[in-house]
Amino acid sequence: MRILGIESSSLVASVAIVEDGVTMAEYSANFKKTHSQTLLPMIDSMVSLLGIELSTIDAIAISGGPGSFTGLRIGSATAKGLGLALNKPLIHVPTLDGTAYNLFGASGLICPIMDARRNQVYTGIYRFEKDFEVVMEQDAMDMGELIEKLNEMGERVIFLSDGVPVHEKLIAERMTVPYDLAPAHVNRQRAAAVAALGAVYFAEGKIQDAADHGPDYLRKSQAEREREEKEAKLAEKGGE
Amino acid sequence: MKIHKIEEDVYILAIESSCDETAASVVKNGREVLSNVISSQIDLHTLYGGVVPEIASRKHIEKINQVIQAALDEAHMTLDEITAIAVTYGPGLVGALLVGVAEAKAIAYATKKPLVGVHHIEGHVSANFIEHPDLEPPFVCLIVSGGHTHLVIVKDYGEFEIIGRTMDDAAGEAFDKVARAVGLGYPGGPKVDKAAKEGNPHAMEFPRAKVGGSAYDFSFSGMKSAVLNYINQAEMKGETINVPDLAASFQNAVVDVLVSRAVAAVKEYGYGKLAIAGGVASNSALRAGMKEACEKEGIQFYYPSPIFCTDNAAMIGAAAYYEYINGERAGWDLNAVPNLKLGER
Repeated sequence: MRILGIESSSLVASVAIVEDGVTMAEYSANFKKTHSQTLLPMIDSMVSLLGIELSTIDAIAISGGPGSFTGLRIGSATAKGLGLALNKPLIHVPTLDGTAYNLFGASGLICPIMDARRNQVYTGIYRFEKDFEVVMEQDAMDMGELIEKLNEMGERVIFLSDGVPVHEKLIAERMTVPYDLAPAHVNRQRAAAVAALGAVYFAEGKIQDAADHGPDYLRKSQAEREREEKEAKLAEKGGE
Repeated sequence: MKIHKIEEDVYILAIESSCDETAASVVKNGREVLSNVISSQIDLHTLYGGVVPEIASRKHIEKINQVIQAALDEAHMTLDEITAIAVTYGPGLVGALLVGVAEAKAIAYATKKPLVGVHHIEGHVSANFIEHPDLEPPFVCLIVSGGHTHLVIVKDYGEFEIIGRTMDDAAGEAFDKVARAVGLGYPGGPKVDKAAKEGNPHAMEFPRAKVGGSAYDFSFSGMKSAVLNYINQAEMKGETINVPDLAASFQNAVVDVLVSRAVAAVKEYGYGKLAIAGGVASNSALRAGMKEACEKEGIQFYYPSPIFCTDNAAMIGAAAYYEYINGERAGWDLNAVPNLKLGER
């Protein structure tokens, strides 16, 4: 079984081909160039290096969000276009699940944090016992609130992803349980992890048609939020 | 541009997502439209009184595969039978453009087909080729839409010289703002057009501003301000505004400026042919005004059907054909260029 992994939810552009439990090739770049310019050339160079036909893949695993709205859409449209053209299914891998999967087998809690601005992070809490276990599903939340929650849980925590440098000071100040910061080779989103977790989902039949796939933003657009706030205020006034 | 002779038929699958329409089309040999699928988001954006870029981008990703598949199905074709993939890469809303660009690149790459990047405005101009097999460059074209107001010389396929542009608002933008001010709502163009049919175009006089720079440049902000002032003054005096009269008078002023500049350009450059394009090219008063002026001056006048005036992918397929046979190809690193200039690549 051959799976193409695509990850473009943050600054990292990453693509990988995972086949029967082995990463055949992975190409990651944490660079300012836009994913629109890097993602497909990276897939192309990986495919030519392996000397395979892209049509031989069985499915496309896509990091489905949250993250940068535009980044997610570039990855999503790329996966949808490939899926349509090759008639292959997509596997939607929640971005934070995929990121946590980097630390397969780690003891304690795994807590990826992505900078979501507005004093928030996109985060989830994960653990490996017998299996990969989602302790808290990915969501947008206040960083202080997350730290409180982790302190209450009382277990050792490993932090990773791009929210770490942003909130490192707060983590150092407020964490009362022991914690670690994941090292360079596993502390960012990686397409090999997306594809590897995607392979698990694929085996469980968790696939979707390329036409039906869309990113899971976890956040409404600013215009929608403002409109809802305005309507809520009006409703409040009307109720008086 | 040298056009190479092509022996075989060229089928282009074109994708357009630069603003609030998700569109795909199959076009044969640049002029024959086999399918033209448009998924409009207008109802969503009406809630906000204009296009919200993030909402537009989200809707594009939701609809794009279905729209492309429908375009292939309606043309009774499979991807295998397509010669090349074309996509609008600018100008437009960057997030919206990126959806189409990433999708088109992935399809072209996976099917090993050539990829052609198309300028949105070049697409609008090329909409005229679809229904007018006799139309060939050189000719003068007026492009008027919610985002653009350009007067260009189409020297050859894919070769343009801009001789006039708006210094401030696009013509369609002025329609939107005036429509909002008198409570006609969004989108302003069709609403004003409809209201104006019941009104007197000479009821009020609004200024036709001349601007510095080229004799063919436009300015609509003065005209728009004059309309808004008129409304304010009427409100202060407690008078009710005759909306049809105001719509007709404003529209008449816009049409007057557009027609006079365009006709003057055709006379100066001497090609004897004038085409209009873009969303505002659907405006009934503009079409009538142009027709009348062109008849008087002995100019041949071309205009697309309304379905090809609005943003659509058939026009992108028409433009892409000429780029394709001229050997233009885009790479896998093709990016969206939100402020792409006409004639640049």
